[in-house]
Amino acid sequence: MTQKKNKAVTKEDVVVKFVGDSGDGMQLIGNLFTDTAALEGNDLANFPDYPAEIRGPHNTIAGVSGFQVHIGKKVYSSGDLCDVIVAMNPASLKANLKWAKKGATIITDLDAFDQKAIEKSGYTSNPLEDNSLQGYNLIKAPLTTLTKDALKELNLDGKTAEKSRNMFALGMMYYLFNWKLDIAFDFFAKKFKKKPELITSNKLAMQAGYNYADTVEAISVTYLVPAATLDKGRYRNISGNVATAWGFLAASERSGRPLFLGSYPITPATEILMELAKHKSLGAKVFQAEDEIAGVCSAIGASFAGSLALTTTSGPGLSLKSEAIGLAVMTELPLVIVDVQRGGPSTGLPTKSEQSDLLQALYGRNGECPCIIVAAQSPSDCFMGAYEAAKLAMEHMTPTFLLTDGYIGQGSELFRIPKVADLPSIKPPVAEPNDPDYKPFKRDPKTLVRKWALPGTEGLRHRVGGLEKENISGNVSMNPENHQLMTELRYNKVMKVADTLPEQTVHGNKEGELLVVSWGGTYGAIHTAIEELLQEGKDIAHAHFRYIMPLPKNTEKLLGKYKKIIIPELNSGQFVKYLRMTFPQYRYHQYNKVQGLPFNVSELKDAFNKIIKEK
Amino acid sequence: MEENLTVDRTRVPLSKEDFVSDQMVKWCPGCGDHAILSSLANVFPKIGYRKENFCVVSGIGCSSRFPYYVNTYGFHGIHGRANAIATGVKISNPHLSVWVATGDGDSMAIGGNHFIHIIRRNVDLNIMLFNNQIYGLTKGQYSPTSPMGSVTKTSPQGTIEHPFNPGELVMGAQGTFFARGVDTNPKLMTEIMFEATKHDGTSVVEILQNCVIFNEGCHYEITSKEKRDDNQIVLKNGEPMIFGKNKDKGIILQKHGLEVVTIGENGITEQDLLVHDQYSQDPGIHLMLAKMAPPYFPIALGVIRSALFPTYDDLVEEQIKRSKANSTIKNVDDLLNSGDTWEIK
Repeated sequence: MTQKKNKAVTKEDVVVKFVGDSGDGMQLIGNLFTDTAALEGNDLANFPDYPAEIRGPHNTIAGVSGFQVHIGKKVYSSGDLCDVIVAMNPASLKANLKWAKKGATIITDLDAFDQKAIEKSGYTSNPLEDNSLQGYNLIKAPLTTLTKDALKELNLDGKTAEKSRNMFALGMMYYLFNWKLDIAFDFFAKKFKKKPELITSNKLAMQAGYNYADTVEAISVTYLVPAATLDKGRYRNISGNVATAWGFLAASERSGRPLFLGSYPITPATEILMELAKHKSLGAKVFQAEDEIAGVCSAIGASFAGSLALTTTSGPGLSLKSEAIGLAVMTELPLVIVDVQRGGPSTGLPTKSEQSDLLQALYGRNGECPCIIVAAQSPSDCFMGAYEAAKLAMEHMTPTFLLTDGYIGQGSELFRIPKVADLPSIKPPVAEPNDPDYKPFKRDPKTLVRKWALPGTEGLRHRVGGLEKENISGNVSMNPENHQLMTELRYNKVMKVADTLPEQTVHGNKEGELLVVSWGGTYGAIHTAIEELLQEGKDIAHAHFRYIMPLPKNTEKLLGKYKKIIIPELNSGQFVKYLRMTFPQYRYHQYNKVQGLPFNVSELKDAFNKIIKEK
Repeated sequence: MEENLTVDRTRVPLSKEDFVSDQMVKWCPGCGDHAILSSLANVFPKIGYRKENFCVVSGIGCSSRFPYYVNTYGFHGIHGRANAIATGVKISNPHLSVWVATGDGDSMAIGGNHFIHIIRRNVDLNIMLFNNQIYGLTKGQYSPTSPMGSVTKTSPQGTIEHPFNPGELVMGAQGTFFARGVDTNPKLMTEIMFEATKHDGTSVVEILQNCVIFNEGCHYEITSKEKRDDNQIVLKNGEPMIFGKNKDKGIILQKHGLEVVTIGENGITEQDLLVHDQYSQDPGIHLMLAKMAPPYFPIALGVIRSALFPTYDDLVEEQIKRSKANSTIKNVDDLLNSGDTWEIK
């Protein structure tokens, strides 16, 4: 590496966003940037922001694909406003400028700003020339020309050479962050093993970008991001959907129940299906069904036969599975339903995140049909979320929801690798062969859980089904008193799960002015906002709920310790409705956003400050 | 992780009584389902598996009450989904003998999608399709197999839609086994159910079944004493296709398709008749046989197709076995530590 002539400044955290057309390879360089930051020892979180179309119309706002990365000493979310934006064309610049901090560095491809592209993006004049970007550190680099020049000796056709301009831009970023190119080069060697020509072209383009950044005067300051202050241990980068899949594999190994997934591809949950399909060596049986209904029904069949049974989906798919989830409730079989939530209703915003399926998970079935509901709070937390959902489903013989969302499912962050032996034990209530006392709906008096009698086991032949059954014997029964009894038993069985749950904790003041109550994937942004307000001396606390049905036993008491309660959610107020109904004695404020976007720390701080000030 | 795959498949002597459940059978007196239940109870002991290795799965409808009346493991599912549930049971524990009881509403209408896909995949289980051409449990609405023009409670002027022929659907979905029986011939039902269980793959057994209350006599043309000999042909593998009261009619293959002939007329001898080959991989003739119906043809009963193809559940096990042998990832700790990781001290 050449001697750097620019000044390097230390920055506790930096937010970078790569944006371009959906075919420009933004997700690829975003991921590579993330992995490098991880290997450099930074804490990180990222968030892919891509359109629902595979290749949206060229050079239009609709076709913009983005990848945001937040790296630093300690980060909890993918960040609000960006320090650096790499924009490959006018449309991506126009769509993302609102996310740039004052004075942010903006790297653009000068070659992409021709008259046609500028007009198509909706700009009336060339933003690179009309002084509208005066407040930013604008770097106008002819990325296309420079990339083509760098690859000249390879004799590639123009289009192929042009495709490498994302790597040229990434090379500039490595310079900006004082990183060595080796990490990327190792990645190319692995990823393109079978296409050596791509290894050469990507290396050349990246090196050229790096050298260009070194030479050009525009980059006056480079960044040094200090290594993360993390607990000792082995770490990796992991996305929420992969963490979900791995959590289930761990639960299968620990419980001894073979894993079965019945699923149908749906954005943004498909990665769980794809990930589990890779792990047949761990005995995972993965069934890509003909539809969402067959996905859940095959899982119910597998559960009856003794598997740790899973089905994964997103909102529209969950609607289709509703009837079958009722069947699993009625037959009292373990089943985990993963809902990676997206914007709704209907097809809605397939690639955008929302928390709007909570009420559907709680109540969206015919009859009185309670399920356990667990929500994961971050990409790496999806591992334990999945593990716990599997544990609860099997130990309590009842369907269990794991709610995640597109933001944490597809986002990634650092993950401290656990040892499977250190995870909590899972003890499914499998019935012993020839148990003389076995009855299909005989229950453990403490937990109300029935036994799991697997087909193939001698002496336990029995029948289950969607018709109401007589308690204990399991015979079909239309008896009025029995139906009331069974309805209550099914509900109480779920409520008794609270006996095994840890108490709800709070971060910040143990009592006082304002309690912020949240759940699911909003943890990062809310936690960051609370941290900042606590440092500013505000009387505030945060309770982030993992267990939604049932709620931890101390919830009611906890809520009573604060003068005001506010519940920020990425929906129009669903958890708040549930709390109002469950604990009507308290007054709840709410802060809601339904834009398919995560919360910003700044908007949350404003909302919390406003409530604190209110008399 | 494999403990539930080690089911004991040793043959054990059992009798029909071993499979009779203690539940009161609640089908209408005279319903064809009684005969089907009795036939299955005859077949199970012949298979020789232990009682606990049978699992009967059903959807919704009169036919779907079946699991309650057989003393095995049983799952009474939801409408249309029996085949999807059964797929999960079989993949999860491939050593079970899995039976699906379903009807023309359950599998031809609301569960049509699962029906064609289970067949396409060739999951190794047995589907008993009770076809009474009517919705019985909801008291008499037309079904996807009701003949065009059927007058029912929801078609007072007659249906205006073309019915499905389940056999055609099976062939269209690349089915490997299709047989047809009638509830009035329990001996034949028992035979074809046994053939079905011997077949590796999805076996579909269509049973033409009478609904005494809402569709009495729907199969009269085929089952009545006066007409049945001329209107049905029981196919036997390797034998020429002969039928008729006087055993003088036969099926021949002409350029344009099948044709009914009379032996002894126009120089036709037994040698000219089509010989049934249920094992043929090509479904062409099987499809033609499945489509035959009065008045121009007799309906084909018995095993129409029984072709050998790999089963889905075998392929699942094979892939797992191969992956276990070849992968460096032997447990979840290996997986967690695979790829790029680093230590923070």
